[in-house]
Amino acid sequence: MSSSTEADHGAASSDDAAVAGAREKASAADRGAGSGPAAGAPPPAGPGAERSVPRWRRSLRPYLLIVPALLLTGGILYPFGLGLYYTVFDFAASKPQPDFTGLENYRRIFTDSSFWDSAWVTVLYAVGAAAVETVLGVAVALLLHRSTLVGRVLEKVLILPLMIAPVIAAIIWKLMLQPSVGVVNYLLRPFGLGGVQWTDTPTGALLSSIAVDVWVYTPFVAILALAGLRSLPTSPFEAAAVDGAGWWFTFRKLTMPMLWPYVLVAVIFRFMDSLKVFDIIYALTEGGPGDSTVVLQIRAYLEAIRFQRYSFGLSYMIVLWAVVYLAAMVLVRYLGRIQNRAAEVPK
Amino acid sequence: MTKRQASTRPKGALKRRVLGIAADGALILYFLFALFPVVWMVILSLKPGHELFSTYFSFTPTLDSYRTVLGAGEDEGVPFVRFFLNSLVVSLGAVGLSLVIGLPAAYAAARWRFRGSENLMFTLLSFRFAPELTVIIPLFVLYQQLGLFDTYLGMIWVLQLVTLPLIVWIMRSYFADLSPELEQAALLDGYTRKQAFFRVALPLVKPGIAAVSLLAFIFAWNNFVFPLILTSSQAQTVTVGALSFLGGDRPKYNLTAAAALVSVIPPLLLALTIQRYLVRGLSFGAVKS
Repeated sequence: MSSSTEADHGAASSDDAAVAGAREKASAADRGAGSGPAAGAPPPAGPGAERSVPRWRRSLRPYLLIVPALLLTGGILYPFGLGLYYTVFDFAASKPQPDFTGLENYRRIFTDSSFWDSAWVTVLYAVGAAAVETVLGVAVALLLHRSTLVGRVLEKVLILPLMIAPVIAAIIWKLMLQPSVGVVNYLLRPFGLGGVQWTDTPTGALLSSIAVDVWVYTPFVAILALAGLRSLPTSPFEAAAVDGAGWWFTFRKLTMPMLWPYVLVAVIFRFMDSLKVFDIIYALTEGGPGDSTVVLQIRAYLEAIRFQRYSFGLSYMIVLWAVVYLAAMVLVRYLGRIQNRAAEVPK
Repeated sequence: MTKRQASTRPKGALKRRVLGIAADGALILYFLFALFPVVWMVILSLKPGHELFSTYFSFTPTLDSYRTVLGAGEDEGVPFVRFFLNSLVVSLGAVGLSLVIGLPAAYAAARWRFRGSENLMFTLLSFRFAPELTVIIPLFVLYQQLGLFDTYLGMIWVLQLVTLPLIVWIMRSYFADLSPELEQAALLDGYTRKQAFFRVALPLVKPGIAAVSLLAFIFAWNNFVFPLILTSSQAQTVTVGALSFLGGDRPKYNLTAAAALVSVIPPLLLALTIQRYLVRGLSFGAVKS
């Protein structure tokens, strides 16, 4: 945080006490960036204009700027609170006059084996997707970092899958993975694997949906890891090369520890997003075959939207939200520790 | 340079070259995996209906699928062009609203520390990670009562969950990188705070605003779960519309492929223009390149 003022004092004091030389800096920036007052803009309000604004109004200013954002935040938090409120009733389309049921919905969920099945599938999906994307993404970043001609050409198209909507990606792979007419089995036929039932077996369906996730999001990890690699200091690597350190040693002892803060940001994003996966599963398997790919958000969708048991479906979401929130707190704290440690390393 | 080292050098060079070729080979393999599905979509979309399942790579290309998909989908009953325009309207609307609300908030959060600013920032960030249905299911009920179901306004409102956290977090990091001295110099020159913001700070972060707006647009455009549940026909978007060709007992692969391709054109074109800003955008300002 670079705050120009002392905390809670508004803009009053430091606006007046401008830093010497700021003027030259400002005009230099005007020339450099072509910024500053536009031609034909109204002239400044006059000397000391800012000082004539009463102090109380100046200290109120940050709050005024934030008000619209607060209103909107409220507009999002209200439905969330409403959802939380619904879960202690038995609100459903079949029951427009709901009764207060307390924690009954939650008791039902936790004693219901299908909740634990869904939770298990969700965890498998999130861990699987995040792990594969991390390994593959870092590998791709390392290969691109060598900056050969091939790499430079390919890097231009690296983001392509990432910009395709996940639901569209799932549709694309659904067409490709059709067992009888899909192109994947056609290409595998020479290898004697022409009849794989990709999305028609429980294991296959889960692996296929993870594969789609990997296809879309590996570039995400690769982009962040590549940015990390390019910002690492070069001297440790030069020293290692002089000492004749092997590639594996350098990677383990130098590259990975320094790169980890960058990769960790990507891992956190991917893990948290995979916990709430919806689009890919919806378009690829709709939770099938059986219940084998019904992750928690799909389960909530089926309960609340398809069967219109609003309260019960929402209870699933509140539980998932709590899990995601806790996971976020733990991971972000860990990230903070890692980044602090990285900051201590002299560059 | 001793003799012995000299004699081992060619050997080392050969090993390096083989390894280099292997590394490039591995890269090409990954990119085949990454790009083939898109190429295959192009092929599928150009196939005539009767050759869909009889051939793989040899066929007579035709633009019929695109004509059907873009021809208001008369024969299929899927108004795809309308969905496309809907996506455009709600994505632009969501980004516009987020900019109006988010830029002042981002500036305030970067320039002042005051009670509640950090809490607000983290609340916004938690929107980014919240499972969407937690908010959508109550909104589904609420929108029906308020008449916002299946409307542009309803979609633009809920898309703030996607666009606002992104815009506020990234713009705060851009404003924070800006030296406050520039604005102070403007104040010395007799500008008001408001003028300093609009004429000094804002022009300097223009590239950041452009990049983050495009990225927010892409995410809004690619969203699926909001329109799936909160629209039915009037405000339905391309991501939901692309699924309609798969329905029925005879899924139309060529039409689906054409629809999928048409729907990814805007995000792909925009993505190419913001390559340089992607790292900061994708990591919410956590990683700067």
